[in-house]
Amino acid sequence: MDRKRILIVEDSPTMRQLLVFALRRLKDVDIIEAQDGMDGLRKVSSDHFDLALIDINMPVMDGLKLISLIRGEDSLRDIPIVVITTEGAKEDRERALSLGANEYLTKPIQANRVLRVVQSLLKGESKT
Amino acid sequence: MSGDRKDLFKNGEEFLQLFSRGAEFTKELLIENERLRASLAVLEQEQADASKTPEEWDKYRDELQTRLQDLEVECEGVRVRLQQVEAENQQFAARYLEIEEENNNLANLYIASYQLHSTLDLAEVLKIIVEIVINLIGAEIFAVYLLDGESGQLDVAVSEGAERSEFPSCSDPGGIIAKSLETAVPVCGDPTRPSNLEEPIVCIPLIVQNRPIGLIGIFGLLQQKDGFSALDHELFTVMGGHASTALFAARLYSQSERKLNTIQGFIDLLTE
Repeated sequence: MDRKRILIVEDSPTMRQLLVFALRRLKDVDIIEAQDGMDGLRKVSSDHFDLALIDINMPVMDGLKLISLIRGEDSLRDIPIVVITTEGAKEDRERALSLGANEYLTKPIQANRVLRVVQSLLKGESKT
Repeated sequence: MSGDRKDLFKNGEEFLQLFSRGAEFTKELLIENERLRASLAVLEQEQADASKTPEEWDKYRDELQTRLQDLEVECEGVRVRLQQVEAENQQFAARYLEIEEENNNLANLYIASYQLHSTLDLAEVLKIIVEIVINLIGAEIFAVYLLDGESGQLDVAVSEGAERSEFPSCSDPGGIIAKSLETAVPVCGDPTRPSNLEEPIVCIPLIVQNRPIGLIGIFGLLQQKDGFSALDHELFTVMGGHASTALFAARLYSQSERKLNTIQGFIDLLTE
């Protein structure tokens, strides 16, 4: 079975650790971390990923900019993207989804919910 | 003459046709005879069975009824066991969900305490406290107050969602701030209350060896956060315990670093 590669783009080490802990329960998954949008762009451009979890508020490059760059690149536009953010307003959600995010989850996260979303997207059950 | 011969041939052909039809009829009769023989054998067997005595029939019926009752009892037993297994299955499923949730909660608590004790740098510890309060608790407006050793006042060391100066002073605290400092346990107000900077919704006292070193005041929650879960209350307790010691250790470390540098400076001066 193919191993899946998941990229976590999140500036908070606490959140990264929490997400890694949750995703480690999935079988055959490699988890790679990026600490801001630019780091995330570098990693997603240089390697294959099956899914990306992206925070919105980050230094250097924010999550929305990163999503629009990923969706603008032919070779990356099919990567499922899950946004994980503190921004709970409807317009923030709509903006992220309109830029190409597949799912929008708000903090504080529930590990089970993240797992369910990631599993369904890895199976190809995409919303968008 | 030739007419007579023709008639003769014609009669011969008719005879042959009649003969072949007779042969076919005979074959059909033989097949039918075979079928009737088989039917007769079945009927003879049935007649033999039917010729059992009424006592034998009663015995046979009793055996069948006993067998039927046994099967019904067995079936009922299986049905009861199935219900038990289904109930057990539901209990296991519910227990699994509970354990999974407990596991997630423990992961949150472990990560919070791990991160708090991952550094001895005061600014880093404060940054980690902010991360935990935002990401794990779901607070939007809050401040971390630290006790000033000289003035004995609780001053805002770091804040989120508003400027430091906007947060209330703790020189003469009242409400839940006073209550949390007196009781040395986190105190929660109404989480559905609209955010304001007059009184915190949650106040987590930071106590080390029965002495307050600061507090975390949460004045507003993220809009998607509509209440506190059991995990939140555990996190308040963890923050009260681990953030206190992490801050205390970081302060001691920075003080000792300063003193060490001063002493080192003196030693360097004397040895020059």
